[in-house]
Amino acid sequence: MSVTTRRTRLAAAALAAITAVSGLAACGNDDDKPAAGEKPAKLVVDTFGEMGYDELVKQYEKDTGIKVELRKTAQLGEYRPKLVRYLATGKGAADVTALEEGILNEFKPNARNWADLTPLVADHSKEFLPWKWELGKAPDGRLIGLPTDVGSLAVCYRKDLFQAAGLPAERDQVSALWPDWKGFHDAGLKYKQGSGGKAFIDSITAVSNGVLFQGNGDLFYDKEDNIIADTSPAVKNAWDTATSMADISAKASTWSPEWSGGFKQGTFAATFCPSWMLGIVSDNSGPANKGKWDVASVPGGGGNWGGSWLAVPAQSKYPSEAAKLAEYLTNAKSQVEAFKLKGPLPTNLEALKNDAFLSYTNEYFSNAPTGKIFGESVAKIQPIHLGPKHQAVKENALEPALRAFENGQADKAKAWEQFTKDAKTQGAF
Amino acid sequence: MSLSATTARPSPAAPPSPDVDRRRRRGRLLNRLDVKYSPYLYIAPFFLIFGLFGLYPMLRTAWMSLHDWDMIGEHTFIGFDNYTRLVSDEYFWNALVNTFGIFALSTIPQLLLALFLANLLNRTLLRAKTFFRMAIFMPNVVSVAAVAIVFGMLFQREFGLFNWLLSFVGVDPVDWDGHRWSSWTAISSMVNWRWTGYNTLILLAGMQAIPKDLYEAAEIDGASPWRQFWQITLPMLKPTFIFVVILSTIGGMQLFTEPLLFGNGNIIGGNQREFQTLAMYMYEMGIVNLNTAGYGAAVAWAIFMIIIVVSLFNFLLVRRSAK
Repeated sequence: MSVTTRRTRLAAAALAAITAVSGLAACGNDDDKPAAGEKPAKLVVDTFGEMGYDELVKQYEKDTGIKVELRKTAQLGEYRPKLVRYLATGKGAADVTALEEGILNEFKPNARNWADLTPLVADHSKEFLPWKWELGKAPDGRLIGLPTDVGSLAVCYRKDLFQAAGLPAERDQVSALWPDWKGFHDAGLKYKQGSGGKAFIDSITAVSNGVLFQGNGDLFYDKEDNIIADTSPAVKNAWDTATSMADISAKASTWSPEWSGGFKQGTFAATFCPSWMLGIVSDNSGPANKGKWDVASVPGGGGNWGGSWLAVPAQSKYPSEAAKLAEYLTNAKSQVEAFKLKGPLPTNLEALKNDAFLSYTNEYFSNAPTGKIFGESVAKIQPIHLGPKHQAVKENALEPALRAFENGQADKAKAWEQFTKDAKTQGAF
Repeated sequence: MSLSATTARPSPAAPPSPDVDRRRRRGRLLNRLDVKYSPYLYIAPFFLIFGLFGLYPMLRTAWMSLHDWDMIGEHTFIGFDNYTRLVSDEYFWNALVNTFGIFALSTIPQLLLALFLANLLNRTLLRAKTFFRMAIFMPNVVSVAAVAIVFGMLFQREFGLFNWLLSFVGVDPVDWDGHRWSSWTAISSMVNWRWTGYNTLILLAGMQAIPKDLYEAAEIDGASPWRQFWQITLPMLKPTFIFVVILSTIGGMQLFTEPLLFGNGNIIGGNQREFQTLAMYMYEMGIVNLNTAGYGAAVAWAIFMIIIVVSLFNFLLVRRSAK
């Protein structure tokens, strides 16, 4: 037997041994909880998008001597699977975890995955928007999340296109055009006439979002989390309002290439803007369109689209220290700082009255006083009960059916049938 | 050096001591063991890794499919309920039809084209052969996501290249993701663009393994190139062709990224699930919906079974037709 083959054989055996050992090691468990009250060397914070915590975290490190690692994920679509993996395997989760509205609702039925914050933090229930505070609670009463921001609704519109079509362009006059959704439709028809048949809004699903989140009663679920999508008057109202707008829609569904391209091409003149959408509108429209956009109020009063909470996973080794960090990040001062840095709208009542917040203007949107506009809109938001799979019903049942109607793939009755059927399967939990 | 001098040296063949004998016997034993078992040791790393990352997940998926499995909550054993639900699930059958539709639209033209191109590249007449062989493989190197995004733009309704070209021949703009036929066409074109070159190269390699003297003999007998192709190239290519067909089948049944990105990342694939494939349905049920992970696992096993059945069917079909 030659030396080379012997060596190869040895190498193969060694490799086999290594894989076997590392395979076993991967199954090992390192479950060493620290003694209660022990001060952690480091806390980890998981966030998505831009929540504006960069400076706050540094300050916290200075104040407490605890190192804080901020783990950011850009897209919610990447963030959710990671969280699911942490929860399913019981390891890897950060000590403080940001939960978006849809995710929070989905996680609520399995509330045991999250620490109950009530005994860990002081009573803050009176300091936040009451409905927002309530949404942070699980059905079993435990407090899962402390409120961070809301996605208050407004309308973004193109001043230049409005003017060319013979509509008023000044933001107060524009807001006055649509005290209600009927007024909005009329304005759209006028625009269509004045512009030679051009579309007014991006899509009817944008309208349904706007109407849904104005909260005229329970949506897809009742208070006991039974699916009532087919009988809920609020859903029917959103459906009827949205379908009535098909004649002024550009049929460009949100996030599609037609939609993002449409901002530059001016295929539509208005869209619904939760506060976090402003950055997306300006990115899609490009620097060439700076100053052409403006912000007006939403028809029928305020509404909420999105927003988040900070939670502490039950698997965290330092739940009480983590809860203190979450408490710090959501207090009034921190929320104003975060807003100044990245723009998430405060939910802390004191922060909402803050001068720095109220006097903020947005340069890209013709210097619109977005702090004031969104701040006022926040005050009008009605509390809504969103069931566990609200997001899935909205995105995979309601919106596809609306788009099928909008694109002429199904008539109104057929589309409604499609929605109610899918809502039952998508909404089951 | 004389012969006598050699024989004069002390003979090494002195009667062996028992110790040497034992050592030699042990050497023989080791040798036998080596011949018998070391091949298994050589391939062991693969099987260990496969067991860890292939077999274990498969068995675990099978186990999950027998449960009502919430990804982040309770697991309840329910036997084969997930599979009975599958049989009457309208959206599962819809995904199956879509998968086969896109599979047929992509695999059949793709393999025919690959065969044609491989035959061209195999010609001795062609100049710059290496360049063409490299060039034809290029699309396969491009990432799927990039392909899907670029094709997604080409197939746009408002500003897409294809609708613009169609407008010259008087065809109204097509809403590519609004119908079954159009979305299937668009998705198949991505698959074809990416995989035709790959299959061409494999077929070409198969063609080059065919002995040249067969062609020479045929030439002398006066067979046309067309006849040579049908009666020499194709029959001799059979094993390679079976391999390519099975590979395409596996790829086609697992189609995921292209339709997902074509529909802007929406997992249901079109407003009325016009192009949701089986893999997408598995992902929707198993990963997106946290509470139906067990059902998603059942869909995964169904896909596995379907791939086996279709591969066997293809294997038989190709083998029979090539006889």
